[in-house]
Amino acid sequence: MQHRIDIKKYGPRGEAMAEAIQSCVHCGFCLAACPTYKVLGEEMDSPRGRIYLMKEVLEENLTVEEAQPYLDRCLGCIGCMPACPSGVRYDELIVSYRAFSEPKRKRSLMDNMARRMIAETLPYPNRFRAAVASGKVGKLFKGAMPEKLGAMMGLVPADLPEDKPLPPIYPAKGRRRARVALLSGCVQTVLNPDINWATVRVLSENGVETVIPQEQGCCGSIMMHIGEEERAKKLARQNLQVFVPDEVDAIITNAAGCGSGMKEYGLLFKGLSEEAEAEKFAEKVQDISVFLDSLGLKPPAELREPLTVVYQDACHLLHAQGIRSAPRNLLSSIPGLTLLELGDDGLCCGSAGTYNIEQPEIAHQLGQRKVQHVLNTGAQAVVSGNIGCLTQIQSHLANRGVSLPLYHTIELLDWAYRRKAQT
Amino acid sequence: MDHQPFFAALQRIYPKERLLTKGVQLLAYESDALTSFQTKPSAVVIPESQDEVIETVRLCHQFGVPYVARGSGTSLSGGSLPIENGIVIALNRLNRIKKLDPEQRIAVVEPGVVNLQISQAADRYNLYYAPDPSSQSVCTIGGNVAFNSGGAHCLKYGMTSNHILGLKVVLADGEVVEFGSESLEGVGVGPDLIGLFVGSEGLFGVALEITVRLLPKPELYRTVLAAYNDLETAGNAVAMVVASGLLPGAMEIMDRLSIKAAESAVDAGYPENAAALLIVELEGESEQVETEFEEIMDVIKESGSYEIRVAKDAEQRLRIWKGRKGAFSSVGRLSPDYVVQDGVVPRSHLGKALAEIDRLSQEYGLDVANVFHAGDGNLHPLILFNGREEGALEHAEELAGKILKMCVELGGSITGEHGVGMEKRNYMPAMFSEVDLETMKTIRRQVDPKEISNPGKMFPGGEAPALKMTGMHPLEAKGIISRE
Repeated sequence: MQHRIDIKKYGPRGEAMAEAIQSCVHCGFCLAACPTYKVLGEEMDSPRGRIYLMKEVLEENLTVEEAQPYLDRCLGCIGCMPACPSGVRYDELIVSYRAFSEPKRKRSLMDNMARRMIAETLPYPNRFRAAVASGKVGKLFKGAMPEKLGAMMGLVPADLPEDKPLPPIYPAKGRRRARVALLSGCVQTVLNPDINWATVRVLSENGVETVIPQEQGCCGSIMMHIGEEERAKKLARQNLQVFVPDEVDAIITNAAGCGSGMKEYGLLFKGLSEEAEAEKFAEKVQDISVFLDSLGLKPPAELREPLTVVYQDACHLLHAQGIRSAPRNLLSSIPGLTLLELGDDGLCCGSAGTYNIEQPEIAHQLGQRKVQHVLNTGAQAVVSGNIGCLTQIQSHLANRGVSLPLYHTIELLDWAYRRKAQT
Repeated sequence: MDHQPFFAALQRIYPKERLLTKGVQLLAYESDALTSFQTKPSAVVIPESQDEVIETVRLCHQFGVPYVARGSGTSLSGGSLPIENGIVIALNRLNRIKKLDPEQRIAVVEPGVVNLQISQAADRYNLYYAPDPSSQSVCTIGGNVAFNSGGAHCLKYGMTSNHILGLKVVLADGEVVEFGSESLEGVGVGPDLIGLFVGSEGLFGVALEITVRLLPKPELYRTVLAAYNDLETAGNAVAMVVASGLLPGAMEIMDRLSIKAAESAVDAGYPENAAALLIVELEGESEQVETEFEEIMDVIKESGSYEIRVAKDAEQRLRIWKGRKGAFSSVGRLSPDYVVQDGVVPRSHLGKALAEIDRLSQEYGLDVANVFHAGDGNLHPLILFNGREEGALEHAEELAGKILKMCVELGGSITGEHGVGMEKRNYMPAMFSEVDLETMKTIRRQVDPKEISNPGKMFPGGEAPALKMTGMHPLEAKGIISRE
């Protein structure tokens, strides 16, 4: 598609944005893969429409404010990318555009407050934990609070599990086959610290030593996702300092969004002094499922009871990182486990980082849709590789009055190994 | 034109979230899949019922406001380009499958239903909707009807018009009519009005309900890839298959550039370094397909192919087709801009036509990628250019024009399935005499006296008359035509 963007105006990311726009041929193949287009059926709320609007803003035919409602509604699920024959880098475009537009837009006082609260809380486990404690109080006043804060409080669980800090090193069992570093994450460690523990145990079972840099923090993906570029850089810099890519075989994450975000560190620091270092870091990033699948899994034991589960693809695994078979291979290797498919073409569940806070209505519709597909399969449990999806699905199952157990892929593997240890 | 009373009337039909008038909203609708044309409409309406469409068309007729009905906006000829000072009727929410009768093997659908969704809904009865435009995962059936869309498998089964049994239509003057019926023989009596409406590019009105024929899903597919060292030999292979008396479900050719583009988009498993690739697919009842498969392999082996591959399973077959069906868009990876053409030549002239395209490509210094429905002689040369260079688009369009004229001279047509739309309207006189064109316009005006239904498309001659002038049409003034 032709454009008249003055690339120089937009700094190091101008080129990435212009290139993505130029490679779009406006064919519309992305429409079917876009969750918001499915819900709203309007051109402005499709990937092609958004690319067009971004082009118009960058060409200065349209103001940031005018286009904003439609760009805000993009989940960033990247479902459009595998559907795109022209290979448009929508991921680079939307992240760069949000970084460009965020400082230029006007937000209401309430909006700013809520956003600041998210930015100052979610990435920091201690603060998040404390906020949740006050959130319990907040729930009582939910009706009286602004919509976004209300949505945020609605997602917070009634009770938080106890904090279980990880050691600096978790040794390998038997002969050491590899050495990795683990991103322990932010929100997930608060909501479900067992996922990290399951990860290090499964790695250990498979002869992998895990280093957990104690000074690490949030990877910054959520901030990248919402256009808070400077905050994202600040968080990422911290991790660039404490992780040493050369000393490990991989930097492991068990959260889909973190993995895809850290793989974009190179873009985040494009044109800056850290660019090379960031690229090096990004190259080492692997999702736990991919790492284990390519390492070759030690056979897990049979489950005590047969279990039928449905696997839900996290957008940031399937669409953003193209990870489809690895988690399925791992799950299928557990004897006694039957794996079902959702059959919804991997359409986003509506969680999408802070989306269910920012766009509660669409997030709700997508959540309901996802849960309907889950229920249609008749599975006994839901498995996913991302805490955000699990939380979203859980809350929508609860809305329907259904209680199904939800697991991270690694938790089921951990179970199977622990079962083996018992026999 | 004073649109105020018209808009006031629209506001009575549509709540504000379904009547789009903000600049940003209108911009998103200013192009379809042919982005070299852009026109911002005055408004976009999003009806949710047939009655809303009917009322809208009647208002447009009453106030003389032009409109275009639009589905997913995948037209490659600018067919769904908005009209200046006109409105867009976006039919995406008119997307119900109203009836699916496996015994009669028919479905009754609204125009906003996506082509592939019909087959998905019919799948549990082991039926499907045969016409398969490459954009079938997104394009809507209303657009398929308007443009008589084809697809790879139309070689065996025919274009959209062969699969439409009945239509409910709101004509441009607001009259609601029904053509055909659910019966397979229903079109046998009287003039073929369905045939007239299908492919009329929206010039008669808007389809509200479409009765389509469903076919039993083929029991077996056999998909063969054959690689050639030059395009002409591949073209001749098609003629050999046709001469053998076999009728495959599809016969497609891709050249080096389009193979490269498709391979980089999808790991389609095409043989590397081929100058041309022939895709032949047999489909139908198992026994027959197996017999034909042996015959066709003999033909292909003798056709000069240096490598033959056969899809091993359903997944490989789908990958082959994914590469082929995404080929146009994946050319976006090779070049920032391209013009797609859609000319048709008699199959016996394929080799000659391809050689001439190659010669023109060199003469103009522009790369041309070829990917086409070889079985029915429907060429799709993609002319690559860089629109940032001064005059590049005009240069590419000039080459496109030469290719189209060649098609007509060889006894073919300027369009096989994409339609005339905006893009090829100036080439109509190459195919039709002035009398022919005037006859078409006369028929159109019988249905759309004010020329408000998708004006400006199909016929040569700049903007639509309805937009530029008031009072009598020039031909009317000269006494050549008259209206009641």
